[in-house]
This record gives sequence, C-alpha cells and structure tokens, in this order.
Amino acid sequence: MAVSIRTDGEAAGLAPLSNRNATGASWDQPILLRLVSIAMFAGIWEVAGRIPVSFAFPTFSDTIVAFFGLLADGSLATAYLSTLQPLVLGVVLSAFLGVGLGTICGLWRTGEWLMIPVFIVLQAAPVAAFIPMVTFVYGIGMTAKTLAVMILALPVIVLNTYKAVRNVNESLLVMCRSFLGTRWQTVAKIILPDASPVIFAGLRLGVAAGFVGVVLAELLITPTGIGDLITFHRSRADYAEMYATIASIIALSTLTLVFLQWVEVRVFRPESRGA
Amino acid sequence: MGATALRNGPSPVPAPIDSIVEVRGISKAYGNVEALRGIDLDFPRGKLTSLLGPSGCGKTTLLKIIAGLIRADGGTVAINGKRVSAPGPERAFVFQDFALMPWATVTRNVAFGLELRGTNKAEREEIARGYIAEVGLAGFEDKYPHELSGGMRQRVGLARALSVDADVLLLDEPFSAVDEQNRRKFQEDLIRLRTNQNKTFIFVTHSIEEAVYISDRIVLLSPRPGRVSQIIEPAIDRSGDPERIHRDRHYLDTVEEIWQGLKQYVE
Repeated sequence: MAVSIRTDGEAAGLAPLSNRNATGASWDQPILLRLVSIAMFAGIWEVAGRIPVSFAFPTFSDTIVAFFGLLADGSLATAYLSTLQPLVLGVVLSAFLGVGLGTICGLWRTGEWLMIPVFIVLQAAPVAAFIPMVTFVYGIGMTAKTLAVMILALPVIVLNTYKAVRNVNESLLVMCRSFLGTRWQTVAKIILPDASPVIFAGLRLGVAAGFVGVVLAELLITPTGIGDLITFHRSRADYAEMYATIASIIALSTLTLVFLQWVEVRVFRPESRGA
Repeated sequence: MGATALRNGPSPVPAPIDSIVEVRGISKAYGNVEALRGIDLDFPRGKLTSLLGPSGCGKTTLLKIIAGLIRADGGTVAINGKRVSAPGPERAFVFQDFALMPWATVTRNVAFGLELRGTNKAEREEIARGYIAEVGLAGFEDKYPHELSGGMRQRVGLARALSVDADVLLLDEPFSAVDEQNRRKFQEDLIRLRTNQNKTFIFVTHSIEEAVYISDRIVLLSPRPGRVSQIIEPAIDRSGDPERIHRDRHYLDTVEEIWQGLKQYVE
C-alpha cells in the first residue's frame, strides 16, 4: 500500500534541477508490482477453488462471472445504495467528530481526562457486542446502522488524533512561538500538519472499522444491503454470488483507503509525494 | 604582519558604548541545579558576540532567556532599553535542530515568520526569495527540507531569521548538527553576511575555534553555576580572505588562551 515512494537519493548537494530518475526500470514501478500481487492472489484462489478446498468455495473465475451477473440484474447496485448511506454518513461524522474531539483532548487537559478513558475502553471492548443493544434502543433503521459504524470507527480516530496532537514536534512549537505565532496559528499551521500522518493512519483504521460496522449491522440488525445480499445467497447456496458480494465490499474498502492516502499526500504532506 | 603583530590580541574590554541588549542579574535554576547566577552582560549593537563555554555553563539557557523562550527566575533583559520577557519582533532565533517544517518548501519555511505576521503571500515570498539568494540557496526555493543537506537546512533557518528583519539574531549552536566541511563554508559565509546585514548577532557555541573565528566579542561562561568568567575581543582583521584567518597569529593565540582558561572545567 505504499503509495508514496520517497526518493531520498536525490537529496542534498545535487543540482536543484535534478528531477525524476530517467533510467527507472519497469520492475521499479510500484503499479506493476501491485498488479502482479493481485494476479498471484487470483491464481491461488482459482487453484484452491478447483481442488476444491470446500464445495462451498467457488473458483475465482466463477466468482467474477457471478459478480457481473449481480451487476447486470441490479441487485448489487440496490444493495450498495442501502449500505452506503449509513456507511458514508457514519464515516464522515466519525472523521470530523473524531479529529475534533481528539484535537481537543490533545490540547486541553480537562478534555483529556473526561474523554480519553471512555475511548480507550471503547477501543478495547468487543464493540460488536453493543450492536444488539443499539438495535434495542434505536430500532432497525438508518440510525442504528449509522451508530454501528460510528461505534467502531470513532474510538480509533479519536485516540490516534489525540496521540498525534500530544506528541507534536516540540521544537516546531518553540519555533512558532519565537516567530510570534498565536495559539490558533500554532494549531492550524504547526500542530495539525505535523500530526496529520498519524491522524490519517487513524482515519484509515477508522474507515476500515466503519466497513466492519456496517456489514455487522446488516448481518445482525436489519437484513438489508450488502449484509442481506450475503445472507440471501448463502441461504440459497449460491456461493459464487456470495463470494462476489464479499469480494466487492472488500475491494470497495481497499479503494477507499487508497483514496484516503492519496488525499493525505496530495493535501497535507506534499513533501512525501517524492521528487 | 609587521608592527601590528605585537601582543595586543586578547585583552579585557571596557563596557561598550552603545549596547542593544542589556542583561542584568539574570539567574535561573532547574530544580536544584543552578544554571545561571547573576549574569550581567551588554551586547554591543552591530557586533557578533559569542557565548562560549563547556556544556552545563548555561549558555543556551541564557540565549533562550534573551529570546523570551525561557523565563528567568530573577533579573531583567532589555532590548533597545525596553524590558522584555517574551519573544518579540526585534529578535529572531536560529535553532540548533533547524526547526524547519518538513511539509513546507524552502520558500514557505523562510517566509514563515512573515506569514505569522500576516504579510500577504506575494510580498512575503518576494522577501523570502531575496534572503534565500543571500544565504546561497538560490535554485532551491521549491525543495523540501528532506531534500537538503544539514548545512543547507541551517541556511534555511538563517534566512527565516533574517527575513523578519529583526535587529538581533540569536543563534543557538547553529552549526553543531552540520558536518565539518559545511560548517567551515558556513562560517565564512556568516562573516560575509555580517558585513552586508547591519544586525547584532548573539551566537552560542562550544567550539573555541568557531567563536574566535567569527566573533567580535567572546563571553566566556564557567559552569555550575553559569557565570561570566571573562570577556575577550579578538583583534582579528576579517576584511580579507576568510581562509587567512585560520593562520592569523591573533587567531591562534586567542584560541590557545581561551583553551588554557577553560581547561580546568573539563574532566
């Protein structure tokens, strides 16, 4: 998942105009390596399906066929429409709330004492056990599913942000003070950019946890969306369709994380984009 | 050499006439450890004064108190006759560890002091480009700190301090994290820079050679507790080739004399 490959070799002392290494060989390309890795995975899956490992384990090719079948009959689209609403809502709320609360806890002692223990317990707890309770309180609608996403996503985002803000580079803080930075300037121009790699690591974990939350909610609470599609095909022993559904949500989760990393490098840490 | 090579090199010096920074009775303790006791010092305007001493003599602490980054337990610091206890626009600091923002380009790092003061982007980048060229980094404006060597990073730190147009530049062992060759080059450049910029420099170092090489005035501090033990004005002509200074008689004599004085504090 290393999207950013640093080229530290081009560091100091070289001419300022030295840009990309022109002699970069094709095996040097991360894209190619990743494609090879995916192809190997598909190959092993295909072989394992043909042995077969279990009669309930379809081959890769059957799964791909089933995937296009699900796309064609619209059941995948319908399922995602219902899954994505609580997922996106829950993840976006968790991201803003989590980074906000984490920053406050990192900057303000009282906030830290009030909130951090709660989130440490939440992160340690097998939170999935709360999901039936959420259903009991909020019923089986959007609210319950969104809450399920947030319960899983929020703690890791808050805790990572808090830790990142706490451990901000002390000498940059002193530098900002010596050049007459105000409190707000220090937070906006030093603390948040300096903390952003760890904050984003938390966001990635949080988004992944959000995917877990929404699928759990759909398997445990309301038989709708992707969770329902998985359950439905399992009950009919359409294993290729079941695996296609599962693989699709894994792929979507992965793509979301890659996108998040791209945003991070693009917006917050331009220096790690490589030369 | 001739007649000027008489033994008039290091000599005690009377109080300067025009001092920009006045330190009076500064003391500071960290817990039970007394870092500074009763420091009285004047820093003459437009000169480079070094604070020199073995580790533990409180030289960095004194510099940070002058910068307003550390609070003294007692005593006062006045800049241009005005008492100060916090950072101010008339002082700029160069940090031992550079303290550059890794996510910002050289230009943004250099312009950061102005950015914090609300100078508009075009203007501050214009000013920054001037100082980037002044410290010898032209062509590196859009590089990030990790693409630069230690010596170049410290040049960025120096350009940042210059760009806010402070009267007093405070340098905290600026070359200690820079390799030897770059340090020599940087010291030569600093001598040249000092003649162009009409600024007062206060320079902390633990290197005797470095202090004698670049300073108009050297304040020797003795450790535990830190006190002023001696003030020396090396009479070295720095107008010619900076390379020559290393072979100058006064230079060598002064280094030797300071070393003899400091020896007793080294275990």
